[in-house]
Amino acid sequence: MDSALLIHRLHFAFTVTFHYLFPQLTMGLAPLIVVLKTIALRRNDETYHQAARFWARIFGINFVIGVVTGIPMEFQFGTNWSHFSRFAGGVIGQTLAMEGMFAFFLESAFLGLFLFGEKRLSPKGHWWAAVAVFLGSWLSGFFIVATDAWMQHPVGYATSPDGSVQLSSFWQLVLNPWAWWQYAHNMSGAAITGAFVMASVGAFYLLWGKYQEYGRIFIRVGVIAGLVFTVLQLFPTGDGQGRLVAEHQPVTLAAMEALFESGPGAPLVLIGQPDVPARRIDNPIIIPKMLSFLSYRRWEAEVRGLNSFPPDTWPDNIPLLYFSYHIMVGLGTIFIAIMLVSAFLLWRGKLFDANWMLWILLLSLPFPYIANTAGWMTAEIGRQPWLVYGLMRTADGYSKMVSAGNGLFTLLGFMGMYTVLGFLFVFLIRREIENGPTTVPDAGH
Amino acid sequence: METVWFIIVALMIAAYVVLDGFDLGAGIIYLIVGKTGDERRKVLRSIGPVWDGNEVWLLAAGGTLYFAYPQLYASAFSGFYLPLMMVLWLLMLRGIGIELRVHVDNPVWRGFFDVIFSISSALLAIFFGAALGNVIRGVPLGPDGYFFEALWTNFRLGPHPGILDWYTVMAGVVALVTLAAHGALYVTLKTDGEVNQRSRRMATAICPLQLALTLVSLVATWFVRPSIKENYLAYPVGFLIPAIVFGSLILMLLWTRQGKEFSAFLSSCVYITGMLVGAVFALYPVVLPASTDPAYNLTIHNSAAGHHGLTVGLVWWTLGMILTIGYFVYIYRTFRGKVQLEGGGY
Repeated sequence: MDSALLIHRLHFAFTVTFHYLFPQLTMGLAPLIVVLKTIALRRNDETYHQAARFWARIFGINFVIGVVTGIPMEFQFGTNWSHFSRFAGGVIGQTLAMEGMFAFFLESAFLGLFLFGEKRLSPKGHWWAAVAVFLGSWLSGFFIVATDAWMQHPVGYATSPDGSVQLSSFWQLVLNPWAWWQYAHNMSGAAITGAFVMASVGAFYLLWGKYQEYGRIFIRVGVIAGLVFTVLQLFPTGDGQGRLVAEHQPVTLAAMEALFESGPGAPLVLIGQPDVPARRIDNPIIIPKMLSFLSYRRWEAEVRGLNSFPPDTWPDNIPLLYFSYHIMVGLGTIFIAIMLVSAFLLWRGKLFDANWMLWILLLSLPFPYIANTAGWMTAEIGRQPWLVYGLMRTADGYSKMVSAGNGLFTLLGFMGMYTVLGFLFVFLIRREIENGPTTVPDAGH
Repeated sequence: METVWFIIVALMIAAYVVLDGFDLGAGIIYLIVGKTGDERRKVLRSIGPVWDGNEVWLLAAGGTLYFAYPQLYASAFSGFYLPLMMVLWLLMLRGIGIELRVHVDNPVWRGFFDVIFSISSALLAIFFGAALGNVIRGVPLGPDGYFFEALWTNFRLGPHPGILDWYTVMAGVVALVTLAAHGALYVTLKTDGEVNQRSRRMATAICPLQLALTLVSLVATWFVRPSIKENYLAYPVGFLIPAIVFGSLILMLLWTRQGKEFSAFLSSCVYITGMLVGAVFALYPVVLPASTDPAYNLTIHNSAAGHHGLTVGLVWWTLGMILTIGYFVYIYRTFRGKVQLEGGGY
């Protein structure tokens, strides 16, 4: 592979992976903050108000880092992927610009109001500010997912004489079925991160023996939301997304499942190591005929394997794709189990004393992040070798004017900068959590 | 249609510069007008609830530019690769400075983050000015519509200039001084006591310098790009723009002296908008001039998105803008008045 191409790909992959650690939490927390605010308003309960303020502060820190790491994402469309932008800007410029106009302004304006304006607003007004932040963050997610969905499954475009694509139908772009399934799956994934983080912080307080009143609220809200969204993540959203891949990107499906040979009654590989040069999967544990059923709802359905497609249309890193996909699905399954057991214990009134379960909730914190990252890697590596599926190859999209050396220099720069940001983030979040929900933030002197 | 979007994009960029300009400006003068911890907190408080929201305008303006002129976005952003990356890093450093300062108690670390915040604000102002300078002067576009510019060559103009030459450095200094005054007037407006006094004195001191630099930059621009006069001669109504620029500057000086804080700040907004509008008025219909051969100029015609997309965009953009203006009016009304040091936040 051309080293400039590799570096530009890594540049985007690294910055977007780091960036998405923050929006997934803000999008996940936003509806939970609305829930806390609603209960607070209904019961006129100061504890819930305080809990909402606490999570709004966590939200705020994540939002700031999300914005400063989000600006590079938008810039990179021009700086590192200028040939792609010239080709596709006439279509995806729509969704990217709409994100700015409809989502960012809404979210940032009302977040400021929610964080700093409680004294100047009525309780109802403050609740509306929370709703506006929720709306803004979820709209923002939609426009980004719609952009990616267009790259996965281009619709509503026409090719113009200069070779670029231009918008021909706005509604096809916005109502792209791929966008809606992917959005539902993605937002449910973000909500899982929000729910696990909330439950995990709750478990931390109970195990610590401090702020226990809040710990119980966080666990209750986190576990109930977690159960709902971990199930939704599998069905219908994950299932719907999977069937779209089967229909429109059959070669991607074959690579995700490491299915080298076509055939009826294809098995589902639970675990095993794909050996691409030998075109086989080593040491597999399988469920017979399951893949046929999941993809086409018939046990004997024919599923096309990689041998049905020319190798130059195969995703260029099949093992990475296979493992990302299996990590995502495996973790998703474990999440359902964790939330089922927690919800059962909660219902029986035993969860708050079950230290072993609290430890599991506490330690589960990083895994939703890993699952979300693995899911996005599945989507993006699965789309390869295409940048826009069937229309433009990734190798044709990067900035030819920006040399590999310059790309590497700024990639290293971002790695350094993001390390600093990461330390800063951990420092700020740790401080908020240790100070606890009851502490009015000390503005310093 | 391409012209409509030219105006929209120019106005959004102007909105970004006016809005983020005052919090960048507050950063530039931060160390001078705030001597004690409490005074510095006051300055931070005045921009605390809005700086991040103002930065969102950069995203929105960038998104709109990308939408309307994808070809321009592709060329300019890849051509200005290195300085743009530095802008990104500076924006991050600045955010780190603002947010971390609040959360540490050690005075040495406070001082450290204060300096980071102030220096990155000043450098950003210079970078943005230099970027505008590059756009006016022209860049070495090739026949394929792409270019790559070194950070500097020999600091002289010519077909193969660097990002920095004497003209763009001058533009950077103009931006630094302009935003310093803009920030000083904002801080004057939002604070009381010593900080208010110092900021006002600062603005009063900067104003004449700003007037002189504006004149110098006008003459220099005339020298660098003699064709700027063409649009003005073709549409004499354009001469209103320099009239507004100088008028607002003089009013700014006058009102600052008289202590009319709001009017003075407003005239600074008008001045900045006027400077930017004057520049793009001269460029139109070119959006990125080529220093190599005028035939390679990027214009609104050869860099715009398709007609259907632009038409559809006008519908949602108008809707989005109405909503946005609504939020911003509401937010600034909610936070109106001088900042207080009690309560939560910065």
